[in-house]
Amino acid sequence: MAFAETKTRPDQDAPAPVEKDRLRKLLAQVERPAAPSPWAAARAFGWRSMLKIKHVPEQLADILLFPIMMLLMFTYLFGGAIAGGTGDYLQFLLPGIMVMSIVMTTMYTGMSVNIDIHKGVSDRFRTLPIWRASPMVGYLLADVFRYAAAGTIMFGTGMVMGYRPSGGPDGVLLGVALLLVFCFSFSWLWTWLGLITRSEKTVMSISMTILFPLTFLSNVMVDPATMPGWLQPVVENTPISRLVDGVRGLFDGNVETSAVTTTLAWSAAFVAVFGFLTVRAYNRR
Amino acid sequence: MAHRDIAIRAEGLVKHFKDIKAVDGVDLSVPAGTVYGVLGPNGAGKTTTVRMLATLLRPDAGSATVFGHDIATDPAAVRTQVSLTGQYASLDEDLTGVENLVLLSRLYGYTKPAARSRAEDLLEAFGLGYAAGKQVKSYSGGMRRRLDIAASIIITPKLLFLDEPTTGLDPRSRNQVWEVIRTIVGEGTTVLLTTQYLEEADQLAGRIAVIDTGKVIAEGTPGELKSSVGAGSIRLRLHNTDQRGHAQKVLTDALGAQVEFDDDPVALTALLKPGEDTAAQGSHALGELAKAGILVDDFSLGQPSLDEVFLALTDRVDA
Repeated sequence: MAFAETKTRPDQDAPAPVEKDRLRKLLAQVERPAAPSPWAAARAFGWRSMLKIKHVPEQLADILLFPIMMLLMFTYLFGGAIAGGTGDYLQFLLPGIMVMSIVMTTMYTGMSVNIDIHKGVSDRFRTLPIWRASPMVGYLLADVFRYAAAGTIMFGTGMVMGYRPSGGPDGVLLGVALLLVFCFSFSWLWTWLGLITRSEKTVMSISMTILFPLTFLSNVMVDPATMPGWLQPVVENTPISRLVDGVRGLFDGNVETSAVTTTLAWSAAFVAVFGFLTVRAYNRR
Repeated sequence: MAHRDIAIRAEGLVKHFKDIKAVDGVDLSVPAGTVYGVLGPNGAGKTTTVRMLATLLRPDAGSATVFGHDIATDPAAVRTQVSLTGQYASLDEDLTGVENLVLLSRLYGYTKPAARSRAEDLLEAFGLGYAAGKQVKSYSGGMRRRLDIAASIIITPKLLFLDEPTTGLDPRSRNQVWEVIRTIVGEGTTVLLTTQYLEEADQLAGRIAVIDTGKVIAEGTPGELKSSVGAGSIRLRLHNTDQRGHAQKVLTDALGAQVEFDDDPVALTALLKPGEDTAAQGSHALGELAKAGILVDDFSLGQPSLDEVFLALTDRVDA
């Protein structure tokens, strides 16, 4: 008996015959629904990405574990050396490290765009009469969901470790919202890169080269006042530093309006420039 | 309705990839409501031509219209008329069969419930209902092809591009795809079919463009293409080997044609004269053989196959 079972089940691969009469009836239904609105098309693509998470849940692991790892590592390994104690340092670090790790995970968007665009399915999408940017917006919608999940987990872990936001729940929600708006906008850089590069490996190495200096050259881990004088104005004015100022301010309840408006201005600029380049690259492929 | 009778008109389409001229001046005129075959070997430029016509690639030179809409200046209008089933399954492998069709139905503007019912109807019609909930990556080649074609007729397109729809399929799946194509054309959709199988073009297409190294080297109905090469031939197998010489002499006298011995020691082939009635030449030859007392085991009268056509045409280009 142990040898009698075989894995070959020919019926499995022998689908029922095509039902021609049914097919004819379906073909004869020529009335066509009105084309979907841009937003409806983007939502459909967002739903597709969510289904992919459902079918391949491993892809969430990266995006959820990486931030927790960063939080634990920087608090307990470097907290003592940088700030002389882990408790106070966590209070300073949490908003920044949340920005840093979630901004770093945005590069996965570029990789999935690149993998997708080389598959036959994107040919089909590109021959559909829909808003040209909707597949990209769809990716980003699902990604924003992932970032929100990562943000929640980081915040929860921080609370367990002793973090207390003085800005209250409103401040925290607004801070996370600001971060999500920035990530959505910043990711258009990756969709563009995903479309114009040859392989996902290239996307990854280019994104790393951009992300490492951009996130480390910031006020995430240390106060820029400790840096050499010539470096301070540079570090204080990168988009990431301004975002961290905004999120940290909202979490702490002492936000500068200019940090929020500058971040929103940067976000608008990213969408305008890289959104345009993305759609152009998508049309030219 | 000036363009009612012409589905695709292409003039001088050119596409380069780096130094390679993938498509080098293709002209096509595809009548509406028929299957039009684009026949050629791998790398001939078939897929590149289809991708330009389906608005996936911009031509470097030349122009084309699909039902009167210019592919370069009005691609959005072209997209409302066409569907594409690419050479590699144009489906999302991670999603299930039904999810793929629901997604695409939503993208065509169906409401959620309507999308679901359209998806289920299509899966049933294509005999895939039992696999609706399985991820496409677990589908066999034939199942993928059918799901792919189902996805292309969510909205009945006026023009359907099928890029090598049966490459790599077993004979049964291939016959099923042929049946589907005939049904779709029967309902009025124009089909542009690329294939490297001569038999497939012969079986399905009303007209064929033979394409090689980026150029159309011949165009016409399957019958016209065959007769452009020669009138056909008579092939005989004799009962007795020692009558072959006699048979050769009788046939040469009867037909005034060239008669050759085959490798098979009892067989010989007579090439018919072009421009004369093939059937009459055949009966005349048989009658003369009977009068001469030559016993024939097997007799076949044939037009040249598309294989012969293809080899003859590509030889001409190479020469």
